[in-house]
Amino acid sequence: MLKTLASQIKEFKKVSLVTPVFVILEVVMDICIPLMMASIIDDGVSKNNIRHVVITGLIMIALALFSLLFGVLAGKTAARASSGFARNLRMAMYKNIQDFSFSNIDKFSTAGLVTRMTTDVTNVQNAYQMILRLCFRAPFMLIFAMIMAFSINARLSTIFLGAIVVLGSVLVYVVSHTFPLFNQVFKKYDALNASVQENINAIRVVKAYVREDHEISKFQKASFNVYAMFIDAEKILVLNMPVMQFVVYACIILLSWLGAQMIVVGNLTTGELMSLFSYVMNILMSLMMISMVFVMLTLSKASADRIAEVINEKSDLNNGENPVHDITDGSVDFNHVSFSYKKESDNYVLRDIDCHIKSGETIGIIGGTGSAKSTLVSLIPRLYDVSKGSVFVGNRDVREYDIETLRNNVAMVLQKNVLFSGTIKENLRWGDIDASDEEIERVCRLAQADEFIRKFPDKYDTYIEQGGSNVSGGQKQRLCIARALLKKPKILILDDSTSAVDTRTDSLIRKAFREEIPDTTKFIIAQRISSVQDADRILVLDEGAVVDFGTHDQLLTRCDIYRDVYESQMKGAEKNA
Amino acid sequence: MHNHKKGMPAGRQMPKGQTKQMLKRLLAYILKRYKIPCIFVVVLILISSAANIAGTMFMKNLIDDYILPFINCENPDFSPLFKALCIMGSAYLVGVISTWSYNRIMVNVTQGTLRDLRNDMFEHMETLPIKYFDTHAHGDIMSIYTNDTDTLRQMISQSIPQLISSVIMIVGVLGSMIVLNIPLTILTLVMVAIMLRVVKTVASKSGKYFMKQQKDIGKVNGYIEEMMEGQKVVKVFCHEEESIREFEKINDELFDSADNANRYANILMPVMVNIGNISYVVTAIFGSILAIGGFGGFTLGGLASFLQFNRSFNQPISQISQQLNSIIMALAGAARVFGLIDEKPETDDGYVELINAEIDSEGHIREAAQRTGQWAWKHYHKSDDTTTYKKLEGDVVLDHVDFGYSDDKIVLHDIELYAKPGEKIAFVGATGAGKTTITNLLNRFYDIQDGKIRYDGININKIKKADLRRSLGIVLQDTHLFTGTVADNIRYGKLDATDEEVIAAAKLANAHYFIEHLPNGYDTVLTGDGTNLSQGQRQLLAIARAAIADPPVLILDEATSSIDTRTEKIVQDGMDKLMSGRTVFVIAHRLSTIKNSNVIMVLDHGRIIERGSHDSLMSQKGIYYQLYTGLLEQS
Repeated sequence: MLKTLASQIKEFKKVSLVTPVFVILEVVMDICIPLMMASIIDDGVSKNNIRHVVITGLIMIALALFSLLFGVLAGKTAARASSGFARNLRMAMYKNIQDFSFSNIDKFSTAGLVTRMTTDVTNVQNAYQMILRLCFRAPFMLIFAMIMAFSINARLSTIFLGAIVVLGSVLVYVVSHTFPLFNQVFKKYDALNASVQENINAIRVVKAYVREDHEISKFQKASFNVYAMFIDAEKILVLNMPVMQFVVYACIILLSWLGAQMIVVGNLTTGELMSLFSYVMNILMSLMMISMVFVMLTLSKASADRIAEVINEKSDLNNGENPVHDITDGSVDFNHVSFSYKKESDNYVLRDIDCHIKSGETIGIIGGTGSAKSTLVSLIPRLYDVSKGSVFVGNRDVREYDIETLRNNVAMVLQKNVLFSGTIKENLRWGDIDASDEEIERVCRLAQADEFIRKFPDKYDTYIEQGGSNVSGGQKQRLCIARALLKKPKILILDDSTSAVDTRTDSLIRKAFREEIPDTTKFIIAQRISSVQDADRILVLDEGAVVDFGTHDQLLTRCDIYRDVYESQMKGAEKNA
Repeated sequence: MHNHKKGMPAGRQMPKGQTKQMLKRLLAYILKRYKIPCIFVVVLILISSAANIAGTMFMKNLIDDYILPFINCENPDFSPLFKALCIMGSAYLVGVISTWSYNRIMVNVTQGTLRDLRNDMFEHMETLPIKYFDTHAHGDIMSIYTNDTDTLRQMISQSIPQLISSVIMIVGVLGSMIVLNIPLTILTLVMVAIMLRVVKTVASKSGKYFMKQQKDIGKVNGYIEEMMEGQKVVKVFCHEEESIREFEKINDELFDSADNANRYANILMPVMVNIGNISYVVTAIFGSILAIGGFGGFTLGGLASFLQFNRSFNQPISQISQQLNSIIMALAGAARVFGLIDEKPETDDGYVELINAEIDSEGHIREAAQRTGQWAWKHYHKSDDTTTYKKLEGDVVLDHVDFGYSDDKIVLHDIELYAKPGEKIAFVGATGAGKTTITNLLNRFYDIQDGKIRYDGININKIKKADLRRSLGIVLQDTHLFTGTVADNIRYGKLDATDEEVIAAAKLANAHYFIEHLPNGYDTVLTGDGTNLSQGQRQLLAIARAAIADPPVLILDEATSSIDTRTEKIVQDGMDKLMSGRTVFVIAHRLSTIKNSNVIMVLDHGRIIERGSHDSLMSQKGIYYQLYTGLLEQS
C-alpha cells in the first residue's frame, strides 16, 4: 500500500524532501533559544553585564527570525507537496478507473469510487502533510532537547528519561486501548447515520404508516448506544492531558529540589536551571505530538488502503498481442457461451448460449427480469469476457480485436443510460468528435429526436443538466440512440432503449433503421412485443438460457413463454383497436 | 420540485451577528441540560489554571528566596525549600486532579449534548411535513447529521473548554505579570498586538483561498460524481482520454487553490510561535537590564517568573487564534442543526379520531378497547357537546379541489371525483399531469388550496392526521424497505402482528414463496433498502406490508411500473387480492393493469379531461384511446 501511494509523489518528491530539512532547521533554531537564555542570565544578569545581554539578545532575535523563515518555508513546501500528492492520487485513480472493465466498475460501485476519490484523498492529503511537518519535528525536537539537557547537566537530565518512560507508556496504553474502541464506535456511528438516511428516503412510508414514534424510539436506542460507546472510548482518551501535566509538574519539582542544591554547591547555574525548565516542556510536548501523529496516521490508514486498492486494481480486460484493427462485417456468433459475473463461481447467469447472427440481421431479444438479456449483449463489445465458449464478431473472436476498434464498431445504448452536462451537440459528439452539424442532424432524424430538439429554444445548443434531468425519459432515450448512431457502427445494440418512447415513434425509429442503415446488425432488447415483432428473428431467453429463436410467427405457434407475453400485452389492444 | 444542490451546500458563511447568536444558543442548549456539570467544569478549570500560575510564580521564590541567599553558604538549610516544594506539590496535585476531572466531565457533557441534539433533530425531523423533504436535497439533510454534528463535537469537547481555560489563563497571567512588573507587561502586550495584527493578515488571506478551495472541491466532486455515474457510457464510447483530459484541468485548479489555502494555514503557526519567541527575547533583554539595574526591586527570580509568564501568555492567544476558524465553522454547523430543529412541523388541527368499533345488529356503534377488525370515526361536535360515531367505509369525495405546491402556481384545477366504498379509481396521464399529486392530498402530505376532500362524509381537515393515514394504505413505486428482517418489514404495517398474520399477509401478496426460499426465510436481514432483493420481490414485500395493515382505502402509485411483464403477473395477482373489497386509487404506467377499474380519470396539466370506464373511454377514441394503443408517449 505504502509503495503504491509513494510512487504517486512524483514531481513533488523534491518539495517533499526539502520540507523535513526546513522543519529540522526550524527545530534547531528553536532549541538554541533556551540555551541563549541561560547565557543571558548567567553571564549577563548575574554578572551585571548589559553588553552581553544585548548581544546575546540580538543573536536570539536573529535565531527567532531564522526559525520564522524556515517555519514559513516548511509550511509552503508542505502545502505544495501535500496538495500535489493529492492531485496525483486523484489523477492516478481517475486514469486507472478509465481502464477499468465493467466488472471492475461493478466491483467498486459508483458511490464507492466517488468516496475514494474525494474524502479518502483528503484524509491522505492531511496525513501526508502531517508526516512532513510533524513526523520529523517531534522526534528531532525530542532528540535535540535531550542532547541540550544532557550537555547542561547529565545527572539532572536523567529525570527526563524517567519522565519519557512514564508518559510514553501511558500514551501507548491510551492509544492502544482507545483505538479499537473508536473503530467500533465509528462503525456504530455510521450505522446510525445510515438509518437516518434510510428514514429521509422513506419518509413517505414512515408517514403513511404513522410510524414516526416507532422510528424515533428505534433511533433513540441506537443513538444511546453510540453515546455510551463514545464515552467508554473517550474516558480513556482524557487521561492524556492530566498525565502530561502530572509528569511536567513532577519534573519541575524534582528539578527545583535537586537543581537548587546543585546551584548552591556550584554545579549548576540559575540560567541553566531555567533552560532545563524549558526543555522539559519541549521534550514532553514532542512526545504528545508523536502520539497524536500516530493516532491520525492509523485513522488515515483505512483511506490509504482504499485508494491503493483502486490504483492497484488491474483491468481484467486487455488487448491481446497483435490486436486486430479491422472488422470485416457485423456478423455475431455465440459459440456455446456460458458466463458468470464471479470468476471462480459456477453460478452461471448465461448457460450454453449457441446462436449465430448474420451481418445486417435485426434480432429481437425478449425475456423476464433476470433472464440475462443485457448480460448476453454486453459480451459483444467485450464489456465482459465469457467464462466458457467464445463470442465471434466478423468471424473472429472478440478477444483478438483491439478493444477500441471493437467498441467503435459495436455501438451499445445501455439500459441505464446517461447524458452528461453540456449541450445536446456536445453530448452527441461523444459518438464522433469530428461529426459535422449536418451529420448530427441526420442521426437525430433517424432517432426521431430532430423534431423535439428543434422545439427547444436553443435547438441543438440546448444545455443538458447533469444526468439529463431536463429532458423527458423518452427524449433522453432518443438522444442516446442518436449518439450511438453517430459512431456509424457495424453492430447496434439497443438495451431496452425505447421503453419510454411511444409505440408510434418506436416504430418510426425501427423503420428508419431498416431503411437507412440496412447493413448494420441490430439487436433490440425490449419488454414490449411490438418493439421486436418485426425483427428478422427473435431470441427468447429465460433464466440465462435460450428458450427459442425464430421469427414472430414461428414463436407464436411453438413458444409458450412468447405467446404468454404476447397475449398479456396484445389482447386488450387488439380487442379495442 | 426537488431542489438539488450540487457540490458545496450553500450558506457555509454566516453573518457576524448570527455567529454570536448561535454561540449563545448553543451554550444555552448545553447549560439547560448540564448546568451543574458546567459550573463544576469552570471551577475546576479555574483551580487547574491557578495551580499552573502559582507554579510559575513560585519560580521567583525558588530563585530569590531558596537559591540565591544560600550560594556560597557553608551549611545551607534546605528544609524551607523542602516545605515549599511540598506545598507546591500538593497544589500541582490538586491541579492535575482538576484537569482530569473537568476533562472527564466534559466527555459526558459533549457526548450527552450531541446525543440530545441528534435525538432532537431526528424527533423533530419526523414531525416535518413531506414538503420539507421534497424541497431539500437529501444529501444536504444528511450532512447536518454527519458533517455539522461532527464539527460540533470538536467544538464542544475541545474548543469550548480550551476557550474557557485560555481566557482564565490570560486574565490570571496578565494579573500576575502586572504584579511582577508593569513596564515589562506593557512590552508583552505590545508584542501581542503585533502578533494579532500579523495573524489577522495571514488568516484573511488563508480564508480567501479556503473559499476558493471549497469551490474547487465542489467542482471536482461534482465532476467525479457525474463521470463515475456514467462510467459505463464512457467505456462504451471509448471516451476515456477526453474524460481524463477534462479531469486533469479541474484537478489542476484544485491543486492550485489547495496549495494556496494550505500554505497560508501552515504559515500561521510558525509566525505565531516565532513572534512569541521574539516577544520572549525582547522581554528577556529589557528584563535583564531592569534586573541588573534593580529598578523597582525587580529581581533575577522575578525575571525568571516573568519570562515563563510571557510564554504562558502567548500560548493561549495563539491557541485561540488557531481554534477561531474551527469555531466559526462549528457555529455555522450549529446554525444548520438549529435550523433543522426550528423548521416548522406539520400542523394538525384534526380532532376526529379513528377507533376500534363494535357494531351491533341494529347498526349502533360502540367504542371498543381492543382491535375488533371494524373501525369507526369518533366525531365530537363542539357546538352541542355531543359525540357521534360513523362507520369507516372508505367513501372518498373530492369536491372542486385546487392545489399548488406553492400558492402562486396551481397544479391541480377543479378536481372532482366520487369514490364509493369498494370502487377502484384509476388515474392516467403524462408525467407531470398531477396523478401523484392527487394521492399526496388524500393522506394530507400536502393541504389543498381550495375545495374540500370528504372521507366518509367528514372533511379530512377535521380528522387527526395520524388516524387519517392509518386508514389509508399506500404502495409506492419506490418500495423503501427498512434495515431489519423480512418479517420486521412486513410487520411495519402492524407492529403487534403475530407471526401467523405476517405469513398470511405474505401469502396474500404472493410473497410467501420467495421468502421461504431466502437463506433465512422470514428472518433474512435486509440491508440498504433491500438491495439483496429484486425489484419485484421488494414490491411484493411492500404489498404484504400494506396488506397486514388492512386499510379500507388503498393508494397504489405506479406500484408495478418497474417490473417486467412476467413478474408483474405475479405481483398483479397479489395486488388484486389485496384490492378486493377496498376503495382503491391506482396510478399505473401500464394501462392493461387498470382496465377493470370502475372509473378511469385521464389527467392533463392538472385537469381531468376524460373520465369513464375502460370501454366507454376506448369508444370515445380520445386521449385515453391514444395512450392505450401506444400512440401517445406517457412518461
